[in-house]
Amino acid sequence: MRVALALALVLFASLAQASPAPDALSDPAQEARARNLQKELRCLVCQGESLDESNASLAVDLRHLIRMRIKAGDSDKQIVDFLVSRYGDFILMEPPFEPGTYALWLTPFAVLILGAGIAMWVVVRARKSPPGEV
Amino acid sequence: MTGEIGQLALCLALALSLVMAVSGIAGARNGAASAQAIASGAANGLFVFIALAFGALTYASIVSDFSLLNVAQNSHTLKPLIYKISGVWGNHEGSMLLWVLVLAVYSAAISWSRRGSSQLTSAALGVQGILAIAFLVFILLTSNPFLRLDPAPFEGNGLNPLLQDFGLAVHPPMLYCGYVGLSASFAYAAAALITKERDWARAARPFMLVAWIALTLGIALGSWWAYYDLGWGGFWFWDPVENASLMPWLVATALLHSALATERTGAFRSWTLLLAIAAFSLSLIGTFLVRSGVLSSVHSFANDPERGVFILAMIVGAIGGALGLFAWRAPSLEGGTSFEPASRETALLLNNVFLVASTATVFVGTLYPLALDAMTGTKISVGPPFFAITFAPIFIALLLLVPFGPRLGWRRGDLAAALRTLAPAVGIALVTTFAILTFTSPHTLAGAGAFGVAAWLIAASAIDLRARGLKTLQAGALASALAHAGLGVTLMGVAGTTLWKSEALEELGPGETMSVAGYTLRFDGVKAAQGPNYDAARATITVLSGGREIAVMHPEKRIFPAEGQDTIQTAIRTTIVSDLYLALGDQRDKGRWIVRAYVNPLAPLIWLGALVMALGGFAALWSRLRVSRTAGAAVPAPAE
Repeated sequence: MRVALALALVLFASLAQASPAPDALSDPAQEARARNLQKELRCLVCQGESLDESNASLAVDLRHLIRMRIKAGDSDKQIVDFLVSRYGDFILMEPPFEPGTYALWLTPFAVLILGAGIAMWVVVRARKSPPGEV
Repeated sequence: MTGEIGQLALCLALALSLVMAVSGIAGARNGAASAQAIASGAANGLFVFIALAFGALTYASIVSDFSLLNVAQNSHTLKPLIYKISGVWGNHEGSMLLWVLVLAVYSAAISWSRRGSSQLTSAALGVQGILAIAFLVFILLTSNPFLRLDPAPFEGNGLNPLLQDFGLAVHPPMLYCGYVGLSASFAYAAAALITKERDWARAARPFMLVAWIALTLGIALGSWWAYYDLGWGGFWFWDPVENASLMPWLVATALLHSALATERTGAFRSWTLLLAIAAFSLSLIGTFLVRSGVLSSVHSFANDPERGVFILAMIVGAIGGALGLFAWRAPSLEGGTSFEPASRETALLLNNVFLVASTATVFVGTLYPLALDAMTGTKISVGPPFFAITFAPIFIALLLLVPFGPRLGWRRGDLAAALRTLAPAVGIALVTTFAILTFTSPHTLAGAGAFGVAAWLIAASAIDLRARGLKTLQAGALASALAHAGLGVTLMGVAGTTLWKSEALEELGPGETMSVAGYTLRFDGVKAAQGPNYDAARATITVLSGGREIAVMHPEKRIFPAEGQDTIQTAIRTTIVSDLYLALGDQRDKGRWIVRAYVNPLAPLIWLGALVMALGGFAALWSRLRVSRTAGAAVPAPAE
């Protein structure tokens, strides 16, 4: 009885299949491109959220704009370039690698290499120092 | 009356902190027992009076005394009791009061501790006294929670609904226990420099551990809150405010490891001092970033430049003073120590190199955009992709090395023997990676590698415990095994959700269904519901799996009329290995709603891992307190 009821429910449910989300693109490949772009771009009015995550109305508008552009046949690069020309590098979740950001990108590895160098020096010195002296 | 009691208690606490600072330092310099006793008494008095002030503010909030400006601005009569209490620290003034309360608790605990020499304890109390003076003056001059409002309004403004949440009620006190706990390590480090005491790390160890445990749990709570509250299942955003709490954690972790070597063999003595200073400095910088309004987020309650300048001055004073003391005194504390390249010392050194590089990464990632904006006016964002390229490889490299540390002996270890013992873990890691690549989809090489590293950490911890013998196991060994395995568990959760998260977003009317990752979700409509201080739209969604009803879930949208804001309340059904996560979006047409559904495989492991790490911390704490009790009775001065 319960199985029959469940079956009936499933059948009924599949008949009443939901309408798709309002702004999704019908072509799955295009929709995937839109999602990827959304994840790389920042919601300009939020605190650290990407366009993909945000519910702000500006984010909704920009998601719509990305989809319009994809439909119109723009490449990902064209869309990103357009948004950067409009809003600046601020919209990129991944900061560009350019003279102004060299220090940002290189500090982590510089510190790692410097630290490794110092550690090597400490280890070599610790081996040389006479045993027993603490 | 309550306000006046609180105000008076704060003023008396300030007077006591002055006494504590002067007599603490004096007691350390001349060794006078009377001065030391005064410092101890002042520390306990400080705790009593700040607790009184905090109690007064809490009482005012509970009884909705809107003649206090702070209560009127942040509370509301209809707010449930728990949020009337947690609302005390849900605003700038109250949270600073909580900060000094925690500082006072640690000060009192230092005064009771018998682990250091009396001079070291006295100097540490003196340093804590100086910190208390700075924070109490800050509160009294710029952030007084006891200012009156005349005439008192009939109703308060209420608390940001996002903060009316159990996770967020507990998260700030936990995080503060961590942040401020690092002040104790800082105070002991400064005390060691003042008194030239070499054995300070042993005295500071329990405080470091408590701070580290609290930071671990506090960060995990914050991340868990973001996960269930923000409505899309993210757990870490690399948001500057999160980064501000991650940096002290990374340095505190480095400190715990480095201090182990200092305590045991006297290695890295000045480096450990420097880490203790850096850990607390980063706590202060975190407070500055969060509280000054430099970063605006749910955490910054007030954008007040005057407060920012004051905190900045405190940071400069604390860091500058401590570093000056360090430059002056540290050389006299350093002593040569010898160890082989294959030894526990080298492993701990490498741990520190990687943790410091990780911290530097988070530091530039957080502050570079601010600096660039201030200097050139160029605005950039540093988001998750930056950290994926920089932080992730550095941290993964660290995790690969982690299991070797506990397997190498002090001074002279046997790397070949360690490798032989750990060989089965290498095998398990490789098999795991291979299995993920073969049997699961979708997968990426990086994701499979992350699973391999997680398996390596967990398996190596198990092997380490087995090799040491379960019967003769010491709590210290259990501590490192748990903490390291916990890292593996968290990593597994992160990798699992990142790789296999499924999501669906649809507009549904009553009776319609959507599917996500094998579940069918039937939307049974939305009903109005009433909370104590909010109105809710409560959806009923029936979950079907394989044609059978397995659950009924109720995601909500809540409207808080007093605060004029709305929040979403997600519904999560967890099986530990996977979360089904539902969030109710906007209403479209009548009766039709946007529903977002996620399946987050292994997500609960993220926080479970943090819990396991914290358990490791507790094991270490337990072993310390127990050893000190037994050793203290037999041997007055431990040889280590």
